[in-house]
Amino acid sequence: MRKLALNDEILMKVEKPARYIGNELNSIVKNPKDVDIRFVMCFPDVYEIGMSHLGIQILYDMFNKREDTWCERVYSPWPDLHKIMKQEHIPLFGLESQEPVKNADFLGITLQYEMCYTNILQVLDLAQIPLLAKDRTEEHPLVIGGGPCTYNPEPIADFFDIFYIGEGEIAYDQMLDLYKNMKAEGAEKREILRAISKMEGLYVPSLYKVTYKEDGTIDAFKPIYEDVPSTVKRQVLVDMTNGVYPEKPVVPFIKATQDRVVLEIQRGCIRGCRFCQAGMIYRPNREKDVSVLKEYAQKMLKATGHEEISLSSLSSSDYSQLEELVSFLLDECAKQHVNISLPSLRIDAFSLDVMSKVQDIKKSSLTFAPEAGSQRMRDVINKGLTVEDILDGSKQAFLGGWNKVKLYFMLGLPTETEEDMRAIPELANQIAALYYDTVPKEQRVGKCQITLSTSFFVPKPFTPFQWAKMESKDEYLRRAKIVNDHMKEQLNHKSLRYNWHEADVTVLEGVLARGDRKLSSVILHVYEHGGIFDSWSEFFDFDRWMQAFKACGIDIEFYNNRIRPEDEVFPWDFIDVGVTKEFMLREWKRALGKTVTPNCRMRCSGCGAKQYGGGVCYEN
Amino acid sequence: MKIRIKFRKWGCMKFIGHLDMLRYFQKAMRRADVDICYSEGFSPHQIMSFAAPLGVGITSDGEYFDIEVHSTKTTREMLSDINAAMVDGVEVTGYVALPDNAKTAMSIVTAADYVLSYKDGYESPFTLEEWKAEILELFTSKDSFPIIKKTKKSEKEVDLKPLVYDFKVIEQNHKPAFYMNVSTGSVDNIKPELLLASIYEKLNINYQEEAIAIHRLDVYAADEKTGKQISLLEMGTVLE
Repeated sequence: MRKLALNDEILMKVEKPARYIGNELNSIVKNPKDVDIRFVMCFPDVYEIGMSHLGIQILYDMFNKREDTWCERVYSPWPDLHKIMKQEHIPLFGLESQEPVKNADFLGITLQYEMCYTNILQVLDLAQIPLLAKDRTEEHPLVIGGGPCTYNPEPIADFFDIFYIGEGEIAYDQMLDLYKNMKAEGAEKREILRAISKMEGLYVPSLYKVTYKEDGTIDAFKPIYEDVPSTVKRQVLVDMTNGVYPEKPVVPFIKATQDRVVLEIQRGCIRGCRFCQAGMIYRPNREKDVSVLKEYAQKMLKATGHEEISLSSLSSSDYSQLEELVSFLLDECAKQHVNISLPSLRIDAFSLDVMSKVQDIKKSSLTFAPEAGSQRMRDVINKGLTVEDILDGSKQAFLGGWNKVKLYFMLGLPTETEEDMRAIPELANQIAALYYDTVPKEQRVGKCQITLSTSFFVPKPFTPFQWAKMESKDEYLRRAKIVNDHMKEQLNHKSLRYNWHEADVTVLEGVLARGDRKLSSVILHVYEHGGIFDSWSEFFDFDRWMQAFKACGIDIEFYNNRIRPEDEVFPWDFIDVGVTKEFMLREWKRALGKTVTPNCRMRCSGCGAKQYGGGVCYEN
Repeated sequence: MKIRIKFRKWGCMKFIGHLDMLRYFQKAMRRADVDICYSEGFSPHQIMSFAAPLGVGITSDGEYFDIEVHSTKTTREMLSDINAAMVDGVEVTGYVALPDNAKTAMSIVTAADYVLSYKDGYESPFTLEEWKAEILELFTSKDSFPIIKKTKKSEKEVDLKPLVYDFKVIEQNHKPAFYMNVSTGSVDNIKPELLLASIYEKLNINYQEEAIAIHRLDVYAADEKTGKQISLLEMGTVLE
């Protein structure tokens, strides 16, 4: 029997011991003697969140298909266990082997959101691996980062040996082969990293030097050696249909956030919303063939026993074979008593019909993400949705029996005026009025409920808004107040409810999203002063971050509160994301001119993604 | 058709709580293609009910749940199908058909028996013979065994004597261990560690929860005719 890393006394004391014991269905246990490479894959947040992440499931499956590699998983220990592990010097362990992570060859960390950065340090610290890459020796694993935050890895560059830029399906095999061969020849870490840095898609931060101008912006970002490439090219899985996909995903014992089969139907998005990083960095839009999806759906349901299946994509309604897929799933799922969940669907006759089949109308709500209240603002952000779309969809839904609508908006978008802010509750009021006009009194089940939520806009690298400025915390809250006050003035205000996000997290997300290498010291300072689980409001401490900025002499306004000039060198400019900076700049200018850009199916806008040789760019 | 399933649970699976075991078996039923019945409504759920929830940290050879199926193969085939869908640490050991009018396992449970033993690295404060003498004097020879039972809200005195049907000292791995058969179910549910901890208290020694491994052997109902304890599995028939 496997010996657990934690004793019974500890496991009985901590919340949800199932987070730490492994042994889940479809998890993979190999004999360490049979493998050459030990890889530990980490999602730096609590188990239930990390286990819900599709990317790790794909890579876990892909790595373990290699006979010479054993890939395990690890997640952030919850603060209760964190404390015990620190006190008792228990090294962080992989769930499968229950052996220390520090003995692995690689520790891979997926970076899904900026507020997990302190948890990277937590994982390294508990694993007893030096926090700074420069302090690690031959005996420590290579720490490699991947995921959306690596499109600007600079704020965390000091903590990583390598970053993988792009989709994991492409370059990992080659990298592992190279590592194995060099290791067998007795190569040192230094030599291995140098060799890896020459591979496409792999960035070794220690091999680059950044120099700054007097104003704090980057003067030059250059490789230290001539043979190290000056740009790192994003890796793309062009043929989605034949890409690897886990037929037997790991099934947790405790309820994860995603307790269901997840079917990835496409990558990328044709829409080109200017605030959306995912819509840019996953270009071109690539669909998976529907026949393969049907096959995966059946296999995965059988292999997991899940009672629900969900589609994953940035905009499911744009998937060209959606009707065929959904009607297949409806048939199949009815037979097997499986529920279907369909996120990111545009509200129209088709989706309402599907939703009425898979949800209880009385309990469910419609979701629209207009992102901005006024048409002017929506043109700036290139969000195609019009008032007519929203009202038409709502009307059909009201006639179909729905009476709950959720609306998502952003505040603080570039060029936003008070009029744009006030348009948010006005739109909600219009929808509520439509309900009372559409549904006769005798057919109404109480009032309609329109829930408005606003988040504050954070400009992200590799978007047309990467030059934009953010606002201060107080200014954000002032804008939320304008929305709130104006909501109360609406005729149907009793049918409206308004939620807004905390502004202090937004400020930090902004700094970390577009920051540079100097920020490593701030993140380190926060961790050393007790900051972990910053994405959890109960643990997040804004003052701790403010003190860290002060102690490190770093000015938030430099990063957030200025419009960046067109010729500024960004920390992430060394990444060739496939979409050109010229395109981004063109889009930034069109945004300021309130000019809409058509989606990829309507007309190619020449963003550069065509170079990958596949997807929507070659549809016609 | 009503079916009763018996399973055992060991190793790290003792850390999986009751509700998660329920979810685990719901998924396992699908993987094993058990032709289980579903409830009506928008979110149909499997007709499945567990007998006596097992606490976290306890291993067991005798766990039960009842299901309803539209059709079934033989007991041997079903055990093989379901076991092919298990993880390490859970094994299905019984699959029997119940009469149509059978009450749910949950409602008929009256007793369960356990072995409490010292884990590796922990020693018993007494020898086997010393324990036998102490238990005889403190418990077996007495007419009553009053203890204070603490709940979240109140403390009340309970006499454990009539709720403990058997209690003896045995030997396991060359150390003393305790066998007990105690009242279980919705009326008087006695946790096995309560009895042992109470004995420790009377002896004025500190009861260390982490030193004791608790293992459930089986769960029983009262036979309708004789009133004697019968294992829940014995109430059904093997399908051949």
